[in-house]
Amino acid sequence: MSGRAVEATVFIALFALVTVIGFVASRWRRADNLEHLDEWGLGGRNFGPWITWFLIGGDLYTAYTFVAVPALMFGAGAAGFFAVPYTIVVYPIVFLVLIRLWSVSHVHRFVTPADFVRARFGSPTLALLIAVTGIVATMPYIALQLVGMQAVLTAMGVSGHLPLIIAFAILAAYTYSAGLRAPALIAFVKDILIYIVIIAAVIYIPSKVGGWDAIFSAADAKFAKSPNPNDGTVLPGVGQWQYATLALGSALALFLYPHSVTGVLASRDRKTIKRNMAALPAYSFILGLLALLGFMAIAAGVKPTATGDTITAIDGTVIGPKTDGNTVVPLLFEQVFPHWFAGVAFAAVAIGALVPAAIMSIAAANLWTRNIYKEFLNKDATPAQEARSSKLASLVVKFGALLAILALDPQFSIDLQLIGGVLILQTLPAVGIGLITRWFHRGALMAGWAVGMLAGLWMLWTVPQVVVTANGVKVIREHFGGSAFSLEKLGLDTKTTIYVGFIALAVNLLVAVLATLALRARGVPDGIDATLPEAYLVEADDAVKSPAFTPAVIAD
Amino acid sequence: MSDQLSRGRPPLAPPSRSDRSRWNWVLILPLLAVLYPPLYNRATPELFNIPFFYWYQMAIIPLSVGCTLLAYHRGGRR
Repeated sequence: MSGRAVEATVFIALFALVTVIGFVASRWRRADNLEHLDEWGLGGRNFGPWITWFLIGGDLYTAYTFVAVPALMFGAGAAGFFAVPYTIVVYPIVFLVLIRLWSVSHVHRFVTPADFVRARFGSPTLALLIAVTGIVATMPYIALQLVGMQAVLTAMGVSGHLPLIIAFAILAAYTYSAGLRAPALIAFVKDILIYIVIIAAVIYIPSKVGGWDAIFSAADAKFAKSPNPNDGTVLPGVGQWQYATLALGSALALFLYPHSVTGVLASRDRKTIKRNMAALPAYSFILGLLALLGFMAIAAGVKPTATGDTITAIDGTVIGPKTDGNTVVPLLFEQVFPHWFAGVAFAAVAIGALVPAAIMSIAAANLWTRNIYKEFLNKDATPAQEARSSKLASLVVKFGALLAILALDPQFSIDLQLIGGVLILQTLPAVGIGLITRWFHRGALMAGWAVGMLAGLWMLWTVPQVVVTANGVKVIREHFGGSAFSLEKLGLDTKTTIYVGFIALAVNLLVAVLATLALRARGVPDGIDATLPEAYLVEADDAVKSPAFTPAVIAD
Repeated sequence: MSDQLSRGRPPLAPPSRSDRSRWNWVLILPLLAVLYPPLYNRATPELFNIPFFYWYQMAIIPLSVGCTLLAYHRGGRR
């Protein structure tokens, strides 16, 4: 067999294995009745620490992360390492909040973050805003998983869209039948493969390219030669606050994404969550090593695949051929690993796309069902109708993501995902702070959300995409070119940039505080808080099913 | 409003239970360690030929795990 054939055989064998696992999952820890959102959408709310670790790890550290973070390191250097502080700060920040989310959702049987907001603030409208924000932010994220998978297929020399379509059709089929149990079970295979591949890469590749010294020297040499003053193996002075605010802003946003909440609510008890907050950073360590693969690719002389297009500045200057940076890591694997192991590595990334895509589509479908379908279209929906609605919605969501990648420029999804991170952050006052305090007025939360959205979109719109050439800075695109907002635009005398989402959130909070004070002063009625004060502290073995606490209590 | 709902029912959880603990404050340490980049944005000292910027941040990962474990095991005991 030729090398390529060995690679493809290993890849297809592993892919077939997870396909079987995906379909078998519907019988795993089988419930009497899958026709209920607690079962299809949350896996029975009964996952222990190990399953949760694999599930949330598989959910948060996605295929797109695996290709995009090293690609960023390859292109820009130190700035791409923000993924490490991002995933360091996230767990200490959310530790005390997520256990409250779990408890209150356990008592009141919430399935989505918008369910919580509806009960907490007595406002279906605010819940609708939260749900729509969640769906809009999640859709492009699903599409990006396809970008990650495509990068691997390109490196394997596979052309055409058919393999992508087949992979997604299979994914859609077993997610439809097994619900959250499918990605939970596949996550075991995905994460074990990823750990093996990354550890092998970090031990093996440095010895092939001359050690860590050679790796960082090669990166230094590349960035010294580039005309861009902002790349390098340490951060440029003006980029330090962008680095810190992007890490913090991304951390605050992570558990506002509906798919992260799905992973949390599927766990069995508070202890499971607490243990995972301590154990999930193991993935951050792997992510840090993975990021360094970007520099190893520089040292190994990897050249990203050309897309066939040409980059042209808006003033007509031809910059050069356009390349797909996401192919850097797959090409590195192809170049240094023996073919059979490259096949394992490619399968790890491709399977790494399936797990988050499945959980994200389930989370988006649950938002649709609980906060739009049941709230506005069919108020008397039975649990079976809810489950059916979610299953169908999960198919629509995945089909939409596939269409977005095949029919539109993938850049469109990348732009939308950038915007999505800023948008989802605007739900922090209602969801994240709402779990801690009920101080904000529901009207003020809506006002803050709206102003934060507009501010965020406006700032993103003003950020151009530029390349620095030997002949100076050239603008390639005028809008949505990045998330670093220059404070100069606000009239400040500085070159410092800050993450757009961070500024938008600050504006949002300011408006929410002022509007709360104004609405309270005018005596505008606040909604009823249907959640019980001690519900936030409930443990799994507390008897919470006494008649007083049926969902009837939380209906308004 | 919750008071109205709460009236005349047994509590869901023992009134003595709380998530508050002074040990929770250790959760701030990892944030302080990485959210001020001038603290670590340099190449030296190197460790195994890896610049300070990289190994420092990687080294904070086990520290953050330690802090989370402290808050987990000590929290609630006061």
